[in-house]
Amino acid sequence: MFGWFSQVFALTAFSVQTIWQRKGSTAAALFGIAGVVAVLVGVLSIAEGFRRAMSASGMPDTALILRSGADTEMMSGLSRETTRIIADTEGIARDGDGALASAELFVIINLPKRSTGTDANVPLRGIEPTAFGVRSDVELVKGRPFEWGKNEVIVGVGAEREFRGLELGGSIPVGRERWNVVGIFSANGGIGESEIWTDAGVLQPAYRRGSSFQAVYAKLENPDAFQTFKDRLTTDPRVNVKVVRQTEYYQAQSTAVTQLITGLGTLIAGLMGIGAVFGALNTMYSAVSSRTREIATLRALGFGGGAIVFSVLGEALVIALVGGALGAGAAYLAFDGFRTATMNWQSFSQVAFAFDVTPALLLRGIFYAALIGLVGGLFPAIRAARMPIASALRES
Amino acid sequence: MKFLGLVWSNLKRKKVRTLLTLLSIFIAFILFGYLAAIRQALSQGVDVAGADRLVVRHKVSIIQPLPASYEADIEQIPGVAEAIHVNWFGGIYQDPKNFFPQFPVEPEEYLAMYPEFLLPEDQKQAWIKNRIGAVAGRATAERFGWKIGDKIPIQNSTWTRDAGQSTWDFDLVGIYDGAEQGTDTTQFLFQFDYFDEARAFGRGSVGWYVVRVEDPEEAPSVAAAIDETFQNSPAETKAETEGAFVQGFADQVGNIGAIIQAILGAVFFTILLVAGNTMAQSVRERTGELAVLKAVGFTDTQVLRLVLAEAVTVAAIGGFLGLAIAWFMISAGDPTGGLLPIFFFPPEDLVIGAVLVVGLGVATGLLPALQARRLRIADALRRL
Repeated sequence: MFGWFSQVFALTAFSVQTIWQRKGSTAAALFGIAGVVAVLVGVLSIAEGFRRAMSASGMPDTALILRSGADTEMMSGLSRETTRIIADTEGIARDGDGALASAELFVIINLPKRSTGTDANVPLRGIEPTAFGVRSDVELVKGRPFEWGKNEVIVGVGAEREFRGLELGGSIPVGRERWNVVGIFSANGGIGESEIWTDAGVLQPAYRRGSSFQAVYAKLENPDAFQTFKDRLTTDPRVNVKVVRQTEYYQAQSTAVTQLITGLGTLIAGLMGIGAVFGALNTMYSAVSSRTREIATLRALGFGGGAIVFSVLGEALVIALVGGALGAGAAYLAFDGFRTATMNWQSFSQVAFAFDVTPALLLRGIFYAALIGLVGGLFPAIRAARMPIASALRES
Repeated sequence: MKFLGLVWSNLKRKKVRTLLTLLSIFIAFILFGYLAAIRQALSQGVDVAGADRLVVRHKVSIIQPLPASYEADIEQIPGVAEAIHVNWFGGIYQDPKNFFPQFPVEPEEYLAMYPEFLLPEDQKQAWIKNRIGAVAGRATAERFGWKIGDKIPIQNSTWTRDAGQSTWDFDLVGIYDGAEQGTDTTQFLFQFDYFDEARAFGRGSVGWYVVRVEDPEEAPSVAAAIDETFQNSPAETKAETEGAFVQGFADQVGNIGAIIQAILGAVFFTILLVAGNTMAQSVRERTGELAVLKAVGFTDTQVLRLVLAEAVTVAAIGGFLGLAIAWFMISAGDPTGGLLPIFFFPPEDLVIGAVLVVGLGVATGLLPALQARRLRIADALRRL
């Protein structure tokens, strides 16, 4: 048994050392596999980054209350009375000023993108003072908070980066007025960073919403209190609402975009993977055929067929892994942290996010490369082992 | 042509390699097909936008309603042939994932504004007569297996009916087709009158206007005139050509589309490069054989043609097969399960693909072919 392993090892080391003699076709296969892995990792990192921006937004102990039947804040509507009843419901955490529940408006405003100058739907959120207590991850990084009752806004760092006029000291046109940007905030990489925030009381008349709101964000006493809180509200005859966990809400909101990107990404990588298998097959077949006499000599010397198979497979695997690592590295350098914004169709508004090349993605890419190498090496390996020794020795 | 047999036996010389090269090219052109279809899908039909149509929306954002009275005002503006109003309904059919656009409209006006929506005359009449009648585009009807005569219930929590009900029932009385491949056949259209009378609030306001101008050349100045008319009113407008409006939406998807396309493009050319290299290599390996051919009386040009024909044959078989299969796969539907309403292989890209196939054959064959032509018999034979 040990002898067999040493045979495999010796042969594999020998094949790998002689790769340089077949550098042309080896490089073709290597770069082919590197390309597949780079693309797979790159495209999926878009979906991963988008999902992260959405999931970083949710806290398990925060509940979102919408009108029953509404799936997004945009489609929802709650009267002032309803929002008061919600805020008075048992189960919501409290601080010195009262219940940590913020009734909010969610609308969009058209602003030009910095990159293209074309209009985009930027989310504009009207909040109540409690909003900052509900969202403990919000932090002002520049400027000052807006003054309640004034035409002032604060802007998420993602929105500031993507849209014109949102820098500190800038202003946005709302109707015939211009609202000044007085502060920039971060929200732990979450979706809040794509938004513009202002006083709900100022936003209501500007968008003709009377005294109505669209959603209530409530911080619960603890994450486990959700179910009882939800049951309490949904059975309250005075209101007709639906209660969702913030985490689940944002997860549902991200499905369309992530599905689109992963759908396209998987298809592309799948097709490319097949292409790369062909490339690897080609390389390994020519490697085997250029070594016909050599392999036959080894067999004549007493090396077993199995050892030959594994040595060819080993060579293919080495090429694939090197290619995969190159591709994964290239994808990491090119895509990780790349910032952009896209339309989230479910909320009809823009989400700013950064591509995210996660370790899991890198591993997946390298695993994929190994698979390509093994499939691409298997058939040539079998052919090498099956060569009739006598005639192969005679071949030129 | 009489040397076709020779080309064929050259290709059979290393069957596995030829087959693998062929398959790589095949895959590359399937990718090319998807690249074209995705680009088309992300541009969301900019190509087929009506040049003589303007979209007029609220200046602050499209979710803000405009007064219904603007329609008459817009029609007074010189250069305007017709104005119609559209609302965004945003209801849900069975599941929120089943997204398709629904618009309450005036049937006759709307169909006149969009002549590319082809609805049979009897279905049109049936729609006009039926207050709760609706028509759906072919794509949406097929997606949910609707037939004419079906009852379609749509839930809407924003636009509730007077009685506070959130379910709107519609009779499907017609299915429209698109005049062109890029025409949006996912819309669900129903009578504005039914909507306006039944909705619990917002009567007298509309979502946006679509305006037909008399002369497409004048579209920008008409758009400016519309915006000027409503300047300093409580609801200022933004008018732009339909093409710009659709482009604006496509731009909202941002550079993600561009990145996916750039990646696909890079992949396509890499595969071609690798395949081309293999093809060129297989010719180089046969230098000796080519010299023999010349020695037995083949002319330089004949050898050149022979080598070129071999490369073009491989490219053509792989490439055209790839384009054909891509066409079939793309026609079968988009890979994301209904998220891209417009998904097809644009004919002009099919032509570009075909040109690329031939170009690939020539490009990979030309260099070895020229070398083969220049080959001096004595030198080449001595190398053996």
